[in-house]
Amino acid sequence: MKIHEYQAKQIFARYGVPIPRGYPAMSVDEAEAAAKKLGQETGSPVVVVKAQIHAGGRGKGGGVKVAKGGAAEARELAQKILGMQLVTHQTGPQGQRVRRLYVEQGLDIARELYLGAVIDRDRRRIAFMASTEGGVEIEKVAAETPEKILTVHVDPAVGFAAYQARELAFALGLGGKETLSKFVKLMSALYEVFTREDCSLCEINPLVLTRQNDVVALDAKMNLDDNAEFRHAEWKELQDKDEEDPVELEAKAAGLNYVSLDGNVGCLVNGAGLAMATMDIIKHFGAGHGVAPANFLDVGGGANQEQVTKAFKMILHSPKVKAIFVNIFGGIMKCDVIANGVVAAAKELGLKVPLVVRLEGTNVELGRKILNESGLAIQAAGSMADGAKKVVAAVK
Amino acid sequence: MSVLVGKDTRLLVQGITGSAGAFHAKQMIDYGTQVVAGVTPGRGGEKFEANGAGKAVVPVFDTVAKAAKETGANATCIFVPPPGAADAILEAFDAGLALVVCITEGIPVMDMLKVRRVLEGLKGKTRLIGPNCPGVITPGACKIGIMPGHIHKPGHIGVVSRSGTLTYEAVGQLTALGVGQSTCIGIGGDPVGGMDFVDCLELFQADPDTHGVILIGEIGGGAEERAARFIKEKMNKPVAAFIAGTTAPPGKRMGHAGAIIAGGKGTAAEKIKALEAAGARVAPTPSDMASTLVGMMR
Repeated sequence: MKIHEYQAKQIFARYGVPIPRGYPAMSVDEAEAAAKKLGQETGSPVVVVKAQIHAGGRGKGGGVKVAKGGAAEARELAQKILGMQLVTHQTGPQGQRVRRLYVEQGLDIARELYLGAVIDRDRRRIAFMASTEGGVEIEKVAAETPEKILTVHVDPAVGFAAYQARELAFALGLGGKETLSKFVKLMSALYEVFTREDCSLCEINPLVLTRQNDVVALDAKMNLDDNAEFRHAEWKELQDKDEEDPVELEAKAAGLNYVSLDGNVGCLVNGAGLAMATMDIIKHFGAGHGVAPANFLDVGGGANQEQVTKAFKMILHSPKVKAIFVNIFGGIMKCDVIANGVVAAAKELGLKVPLVVRLEGTNVELGRKILNESGLAIQAAGSMADGAKKVVAAVK
Repeated sequence: MSVLVGKDTRLLVQGITGSAGAFHAKQMIDYGTQVVAGVTPGRGGEKFEANGAGKAVVPVFDTVAKAAKETGANATCIFVPPPGAADAILEAFDAGLALVVCITEGIPVMDMLKVRRVLEGLKGKTRLIGPNCPGVITPGACKIGIMPGHIHKPGHIGVVSRSGTLTYEAVGQLTALGVGQSTCIGIGGDPVGGMDFVDCLELFQADPDTHGVILIGEIGGGAEERAARFIKEKMNKPVAAFIAGTTAPPGKRMGHAGAIIAGGKGTAAEKIKALEAAGARVAPTPSDMASTLVGMMR
């Protein structure tokens, strides 16, 4: 689960990770008021108006602007940024509409660094990475100058050790007595954030050293582990529905795994690996014929008839779907449950596109029987390849 | 002979009184697995009865330690919901069981990092399979998990996979060709877990009854790349592979918690390249997994 910069900063503040003063603003009026307040609190009129979207690269895309002249200028900037369709290298060409702002005090920046924490799957540890190349895409640094990234791995039996923070600090040139202790404190707090808030990623890019020798998180990016939702009731409020695909949200609420894609063949599959493989095989046979998967959909092993019906309806509702491929290899999932769900949905909404169904596994004979006797125009497939070929032919 | 599980496996089921645990315990008993105990805290003293194709009366215990001590269980299958699953794994480790299979999907990664740390400290005394996996089966001898037993056939092909249903797909294809399986291991779809591809390939390489391997991977992480290095350096048995997710968009979690292309890394293309360079043959579509391996074994 992704959250906005201002939300991540609110969490940082709770744990004592230093952040600039700032206030979220959902309207131009609020932005102006925030700028005014900051001016009074800091004694400086300089504020930064920042678009809040879940994608990175907001600055380059024109979504982060400095107002040197105070509240009136901040208002003008807010007017331009709020409501804009912000396109960055991470949003895709259609961009993302800016509906939220964060107004922050301007800082006197001496240096920009990178600090991030991520789950290292090879080592099965939380890895902290630091680099002198702040304010740049870290992937670029990793690709072009990997020697500029320093990594330490935290032993969960120990927790974050001060010597590890010092190692990074000295490598970053933060060895002055004051800055060293601030950096060590910040790293320790960041580790607490990562572990207690169940993060999968926590990135500060840039981490700045100000001319006043403060070490401050100028940006904050936090991705949260969806598996930990059950123990974070507070996450519900952090969710921003405007940043999510409405169909994906609907699917999640129904207990289904759904990802929207660009193609024209709707897929309904049991099991994530098989669902990905189904997308792949449709693309394999459909490439060059303008046929591609319209979605990833895993109904899971424990889905009941109602969920299968719901899943099928979601696919039927999508205007880009020109044919549907149901690919089931039933282990826990029973073929008759799938068949009943598909038939119920098709009868309720009317089946206007070709439907290819491939069933295999538990209760397969019963499942095939239900489909045959449904009176619906269903093409049966003997294998996955057979099904994919048939559905591609149906679209062409 | 096979690896990990066989006729000597004495299985304990954690969560046996829950709906998933009860259903699958019965399925395992029907298959012929020796289920010798169940564990549900607070339900110790009860009896779990299976009256299907396989008949058994299984004693239920409050703790894994007690169950293992009194029944000689040497393996466990965990059907405990996510909030208590990591704890259940740790309890099984502490009781000294040689094999722990965790079916549960949805365990927080923070919890699994701790489990992994404890596992490393056990230095190979205990093996963990999963979590978020279908389990492990030696056809005709022992099934631990949720896979449909009837599609399997005893034989000499090892199957190791991050995906449950794609494993069934490969097994179905093999069986249809008359080619049986030695042991099928589902290592699971989570980013942090127990045995990974290399651990399983090591076992298959050392098993005289495994003559070839099908490896089923997917986007996310570096497990396939590590497997490729092992295949190149240490294996002399043919390996056919399929990697799911060539069409997956970056940054999106594709069902499995571990199936995500993050920071440009973990793409299917990279994995396919690494495996092919190592001498494995990668099936172009999921329908060709068995035929690709059979082609290598002629």
